Amino acid sequence: MSITRRLAMLFHIKTNKMLDRAEDPREVLDYSYERQMEMLTQLRRGLADVATSRKRLDLQATQLQDSVDRLGDQARQAVAAGSDGLAREALTRRQAAQAQLADLAQQRESLIAEQDKLTLGAQRLEAKIEVFRTRKETIKATYTAAEAQTRINEAVSGISEEMGDVGMAMQRAEDRTAQMTARAGALDDLLASGALEDATRPAGRDDIQARLDALTTGDSVERDLAALKAGTALPAPPEPKAITDRADRRERPS
Amino acid sequence: MIVRILGEGQYDVPPVALDELNVHDDAVQEAADAGDEGAFTAALASLLDTVRARGTALDASALVPSELILPAPDAPMAEVQAMLGDEGLIPG
Repeated sequence: MSITRRLAMLFHIKTNKMLDRAEDPREVLDYSYERQMEMLTQLRRGLADVATSRKRLDLQATQLQDSVDRLGDQARQAVAAGSDGLAREALTRRQAAQAQLADLAQQRESLIAEQDKLTLGAQRLEAKIEVFRTRKETIKATYTAAEAQTRINEAVSGISEEMGDVGMAMQRAEDRTAQMTARAGALDDLLASGALEDATRPAGRDDIQARLDALTTGDSVERDLAALKAGTALPAPPEPKAITDRADRRERPS
Repeated sequence: MIVRILGEGQYDVPPVALDELNVHDDAVQEAADAGDEGAFTAALASLLDTVRARGTALDASALVPSELILPAPDAPMAEVQAMLGDEGLIPG
């Protein structure tokens, strides 16, 4: 049997078990409706979690963009002051901040995709629950065992399939939010350590790590340094505008 | 025939499109059996495209079970196989 048929079967197995267990098929209608309400509550909570997670990403992106700007200024000042060493340090940290910023933009995009899917799923489920509620009352009012069984089966199968679908979307969104919360926590620590903040403060990194970093970022830092000395602009960060609202940042008290 | 695309909704596909649907459905199955992720993704995309092109999207308030349930376009092969292997993966 094909995958798509087997998937459909799996989705309906639980419904059939539920229908078989009830002595009076009308019980299934009420039980199913309860489950639907629970699911909607969970769904709304899930959507709120995704929104919170997104706000945190936006906040971090703003902080990172500030770091990129500040470190660029510091590098410029260091060059003006004739301190290549400090300029290099600032440019190294600026690149680290830019890399984090690019990563954040990507995470934000995938989170938005999950949020959109979940929102659409919630709308579909709500529409179906509304129809189910009406049909449930009609079936109960005009109940005759023979004809009701078919109509109950159809209504309950239809809604529980939608619940299964939305439930999967919800799990995915929850997983993603949990991942993102963990990474956001790590980034908060990094920001708090000052490693991406200010080249005039100690970075909290040991010499070996700095030298290791220099091996990988050294070349591009040299390029940035050469660009500065030639009086040209620093290469633009990957996609800073996609992630922060510049006007918004200007309005913030400094 | 009512077909659901997971994460997307339900479509009503007319009987004339069934042969076409079955060709793509078989390709999905073969790719999964062969463990070929690339072929699986491509076959799944063709199957989903056929459903969207030939079928009519059902209203969100429609309350009918589906005969076929198709994985979401971005579902990795492993996830689909896990779903088939364990009904506990499907909540609701």
